[in-house]
Amino acid sequence: MNARQKTIGVWLGWVAFLLAMTAYLTHRWRGPDRTAFLPGPTSHGHYQIELACNACHTPWMGVKEKACLDCHSAELKLANDSHPKSKFTDPRNADRLQVLAADNCLTCHKEHVPERTRAMGVMLPDDYCYRCHQETVKERPSHRNYAFNSCATAGCHNYHDNTALYEDFLVKHLNEPKTKSAPRVATRALLAFLNESERWPKKPALTVAKHDAPASVRADKETLHAWATTSHARAGVNCSDCHLVPDAQSKTKRWSDKLDHTACAACHQDEVGGFLAGKHGMRLAQGLPPMRPALARQPMKREAAHRELGCAACHGAHEFDSRRAAVESCLACHDDSHSLAYKNSPHFALWVAESKGAAPAGSGVSCATCHLPRQKSATDGVTRVLVDHNQNANLRPNEKMVRSVCLDCHGLGFTLDALADPALVRTNFTGRPARHVESLDLAARRLLETQSKQTKP
Amino acid sequence: MTTPHKKLVLGTALLATTLAAVLTGCQKPAAPAAPPPAGFTPKQMADGLFVVMSSDRAVYTKQVVARLQNEAKVIKASEHFKDEKALPLPAQMFRMGAEAVAEKNPGFTYGLLSLWPINKQNTPKTDAEKTGLKFVADSGGKTNYYAEETLGGKKYFTAVYADVGVSMACVSCHNGHKDSPRTDFKLDEVMGGVVIRLPL
Repeated sequence: MNARQKTIGVWLGWVAFLLAMTAYLTHRWRGPDRTAFLPGPTSHGHYQIELACNACHTPWMGVKEKACLDCHSAELKLANDSHPKSKFTDPRNADRLQVLAADNCLTCHKEHVPERTRAMGVMLPDDYCYRCHQETVKERPSHRNYAFNSCATAGCHNYHDNTALYEDFLVKHLNEPKTKSAPRVATRALLAFLNESERWPKKPALTVAKHDAPASVRADKETLHAWATTSHARAGVNCSDCHLVPDAQSKTKRWSDKLDHTACAACHQDEVGGFLAGKHGMRLAQGLPPMRPALARQPMKREAAHRELGCAACHGAHEFDSRRAAVESCLACHDDSHSLAYKNSPHFALWVAESKGAAPAGSGVSCATCHLPRQKSATDGVTRVLVDHNQNANLRPNEKMVRSVCLDCHGLGFTLDALADPALVRTNFTGRPARHVESLDLAARRLLETQSKQTKP
Repeated sequence: MTTPHKKLVLGTALLATTLAAVLTGCQKPAAPAAPPPAGFTPKQMADGLFVVMSSDRAVYTKQVVARLQNEAKVIKASEHFKDEKALPLPAQMFRMGAEAVAEKNPGFTYGLLSLWPINKQNTPKTDAEKTGLKFVADSGGKTNYYAEETLGGKKYFTAVYADVGVSMACVSCHNGHKDSPRTDFKLDEVMGGVVIRLPL
């Protein structure tokens, strides 16, 4: 082989290698597994959807800031965001933007950089408040002894959500008992809401004899019994109401044995909306296959690894037992210390007492009581108590759950202390808080000072 | 054949003609004076915006807050209006409007500032704000303040208008607030200023 032939051989080999690489990468890009393209691991908030690149990226891998708001704007609005973008677009803040570009989510939150990602997916050092709020220590002598890296980490302030932390709220909740007398969670009254909002008109209850599954479909005895003895049959919801689903091609309805969350959404759209926005359904919302415990970063039970998360995974397919969904369904998958400690906690004891009829309805505390809380809301102009299936809305930082959950039963001081104690969180609140958040003390002191100033002649 | 004398005469005539043409605009008949550019000047635009803002705010203050809270006593206005199921304070109404406008990004911005703000973030920051707020307060709200300033590398026309306490609801709330640095405001006194900025 002469030198020329050698050169041609090398070039042909190189071209073949490039073609093979192009074919391989194209195949990986078009396939379900795009992990080869990930520039680095994503944060705890987004790892489930990290393969839905387009959710956050432009076609040429730029970052869409709008993507943050597509998923989080409703939550920020609800939290009365203390630092909305609109506060920073005023030209008078141009000098501040030079110091910290707070008009852009990506200044604080970046992805694929685990070595720099800290709690809440924040990249900045903890003392970021200092950049704009240096005057606080001068104006508030009470704050002199607090370091700027403690503003948002000591249970006193939050960058976005201060709805349970602002001073007048603290003052309103001074000196509350650890636990309120006769605490209860709100009653759902779901059927009354569905009737009143005309999502589901009032219908007579159904029995097994009145089921309308076609003869071609095998409806076994257990399935029919499960349906006939629970809420759907009582509300007049027949087999066809769920199992006849629209066919995309023929545009008619056809029977389906395998239903997904879209079938439930026909009546339960707010609950399904919450599910899709939360940890359990966010993959489905991005067009990815359902979440499975095997994909989770938190400890999960091995036997549940390949369970696919849809409505029926927690609620069952026909029995729809909401009490089971509130505890046993969670513990069938979750295997972390907080979950494992639940059955030894005072909260579980209350749940058992209620389940046995030894305590009033609404006095028990299940996993769902805290993580899928009952919220007062208005839908279609009708007020209701909605079970918020987006557990992400009150999960991290845990002060987010103060108002939506804890204050139903506990005083604010005890709540802030308990949530600030990671060891107590791990034991599922078995014991007393070992930490103390001083914000209520400061608010009480300032109230006294103000009152004494006002009473002085 | 031209003589040198003739050349001198012709050259002088040519030079004179050229100079005359330059000085008289090529000897064209004088054009009528160009009309001023159509549209509003920044000052007119800012003044117009302020009239709308201040009128809406005065109506809300008098016809909603003062009427329902201070006179009929059927509902309160509160800083924490969501939690307390109350009316937003007039200043909050104004700020919420300003934030909603900022979200739509129409090019101009506005805000409510004061030399005696309850929220320290609303203290004047830029030179135009500092001078303007003092100017409108010293003038008793009779004169507005206009300036040009450069912020973040962009030039703005900045107008400052006096914000007057038009109702006892404004005065008593500021005088009684624990965070207020001044507690002796009187009715119809200048309590702060509306700052409107237009990019130039």
